[in-house]
Amino acid sequence: MIDFELSEEQRMIRETVEAFARDEIRPAARAADESGSVPSELIEKIWQLGLVTSAIPEKFGGSADARSAVTGAVVAEELGYGDASIAVHALAPRLFAYPVLEMGTDAQRERYLRRFTSERFVPATAALMEPRFDFDPTDLSTRARRDGSGCVLNGSKCFVPLAQSAESLLVYAASEAGAGFKGVDAFLVPRDAAGVSIGEREKNMGLKPLATCAVALTDVRLDSEARLGGEGGIDFSRLMSEARVALAALGVGIARAAFEYARDYAKERRAFGVPIATKQAVAFILADMAIEIDASRLLVWEAAWRLDRGEDALKESYLAKNYVAASALRVADNAVQVLGGHGYIREHPVEMWLRNTRGLAALDGIATV
Amino acid sequence: MIDFELEPQTLERVKLYHMVAEQMMRPISREYDEREHEKPQQFLEAMWSASALSDAVPESGSKSDGEKKNSGPRLRNLYTVVTTEELCWGDAGLFLSIPNSGLGGAAVMAAGTPEQKERFLKRFRGGKPKWGAMAITEPGCGSDSAAVTTTATRDGDHWVLNGTKIFCTSGQMAAEKSEGFVVVWATVDKSAGRAGIKPFVVEHNTPGMTVVRVENKLGIRASDTAALVFDNCRIPFDHILGSPEVRPEGGFKNVMATFDATRPIVAAMAIGVGRAALDFVADFLKQQNITVRYGISPRRLTAIERDFMEMEVQLKAARLLTWRAAWMLDVGKRNNLEASMAKAKAGLAVTQITQKAVEMLGPLGYSRQYLVEKWMRDAKINDIFEGTQQINMLIVARRILGYGSKELN
Repeated sequence: MIDFELSEEQRMIRETVEAFARDEIRPAARAADESGSVPSELIEKIWQLGLVTSAIPEKFGGSADARSAVTGAVVAEELGYGDASIAVHALAPRLFAYPVLEMGTDAQRERYLRRFTSERFVPATAALMEPRFDFDPTDLSTRARRDGSGCVLNGSKCFVPLAQSAESLLVYAASEAGAGFKGVDAFLVPRDAAGVSIGEREKNMGLKPLATCAVALTDVRLDSEARLGGEGGIDFSRLMSEARVALAALGVGIARAAFEYARDYAKERRAFGVPIATKQAVAFILADMAIEIDASRLLVWEAAWRLDRGEDALKESYLAKNYVAASALRVADNAVQVLGGHGYIREHPVEMWLRNTRGLAALDGIATV
Repeated sequence: MIDFELEPQTLERVKLYHMVAEQMMRPISREYDEREHEKPQQFLEAMWSASALSDAVPESGSKSDGEKKNSGPRLRNLYTVVTTEELCWGDAGLFLSIPNSGLGGAAVMAAGTPEQKERFLKRFRGGKPKWGAMAITEPGCGSDSAAVTTTATRDGDHWVLNGTKIFCTSGQMAAEKSEGFVVVWATVDKSAGRAGIKPFVVEHNTPGMTVVRVENKLGIRASDTAALVFDNCRIPFDHILGSPEVRPEGGFKNVMATFDATRPIVAAMAIGVGRAALDFVADFLKQQNITVRYGISPRRLTAIERDFMEMEVQLKAARLLTWRAAWMLDVGKRNNLEASMAKAKAGLAVTQITQKAVEMLGPLGYSRQYLVEKWMRDAKINDIFEGTQQINMLIVARRILGYGSKELN
């Protein structure tokens, strides 16, 4: 039966992560944006929250809380509210661990999951995106060619978070061209495998603290053990749906940060003898922001709720992500506008949020719930 | 715990309402758009007599209200919005013309004493079709409803009403063409401002109440929108709803409380019309063998795909906001902010969705051969009545900023 309220447990999780985001992440965000790096102590602190380990089964040393996309969306929103780059960095190991957990063979789970129960942050990642304007996960240029019982990978990837530090990468490639989601496989690739070449750190408009690289794959030979899920392969459509829900939830968090900042500023800043928030021209912008944030969150939760019920949510997550990509950008842009000239100055965070939200439309598959 | 699934009882009713919309409303939709000011008697009688559907009326005080509470859905406001969407998918004008206690009933429920609720609303449980209406807007005031100039003067055991009301939905049916009533908002003390504004029940055909005009409109033409003149209209003293005392916390608050319940319904009306247009476009694309490719790179979508997806997700966003606002009422939460969010979003989104639908279909969209152009005309009212887009934005803005009407006006 319809219910718009989180469970008590989810509310507690939200409170904890929100407090952490406000007190620990946000204060570090600007310096991280300027320097292009995240303090490793902060990453370790986030790791201690157990946001990755909690999903690992007990038999591999984790705490095996049931994974929920709704809870994941709630957490992602709060982390995004703190800072999206730091959030993606801290959660990057999920990009590797969760597909293994969800779709790996027993042997793969046994081999890879245990490492994520470490006390210290374990860099790991996935390589999905490709350097094309119309990058399309259903039509990957990276190819996996059968070679005996194993296969050979060729292609180039971009926007691979933590590629320089990750021990292993989950590489997505098309085993069968023209087969859409069904033709895609994921491969467990050690970073030092022959033919894997990690490019230089990419320079992006926003999400600057997040270390991303291009990765070139040249005749990377893998044995049959490397194919995630074995002969059965993966449900790539579901993985993409989870990724889109996560990215959308992060976007809602950035938008909320921008909205609150602009709202508080507008109540303080005076013009013509009154706070600018008392002028409809400004107040209506803020109202629109509030409505769009709520609408966005509900779309994200609805898609997540479908995933939690085991339903197909490809369409819902896609629409939610595209919606948020536009709405969060608009909210952030409006936040800059409300602050006027001050919004354009790097002393205030709103310009950073504008750069960060622009990434939502360009990126795919860099986070997961 | 987050859940987006409707109750089984509600889902069952949705199917039934969909049948009504498809089989009873759609076939006469165009006819009563063209024959403005005429009423589809057969449809209205059927809706009135279908006791199973009696709770189709959006407001409380319908036949089903009261005793039989056990079998129905638990989330009543939510139930009302989803069934409203269904009927407005059929035809929003016809939906508004369905005989029921309407907004007049909502006002009685919000402001009346238990005795008054029984006295005024029991007529809707049987007999001939009847309408209830609410008259608040005047030629000189719309959104600024606190500025009403219609007066109610006490004269012994009567009130005497004087003034002009306009844009009264189902006003003619309630005032002259059935044994219904009109709830009229009038001031008993102009110096008291809002606190002096009170609701009065004026029975059908009361001398001194005249329908002077039935408006010609852009859309929702199957519904009558009346102008009423009150010229020394005498009504019994106990027709004032609630207390006659003028207190700062007086009756006007009830108008606003009524809106918290009715705004999600109007949002749902919009969504029904929007979905009609969206479904039409979806069927059309299917006929043209155009597939909407969800999940691929947004940079590879055609303009048609993008437009369609945008319409679809905007409609869904509006629906989720609307469901939330209704659900909040059902679980006893104050929903003033959320009701206005839903109304503002749905009114605008559906206005744009239906306009886009006309555009997407080219000459076919513009032609009266199809209903798409009608839906565009029907949709627009939802961005205006029960609080314009701007009034709802103002309410949202005040709530998020913690301002009252003094700080933000």
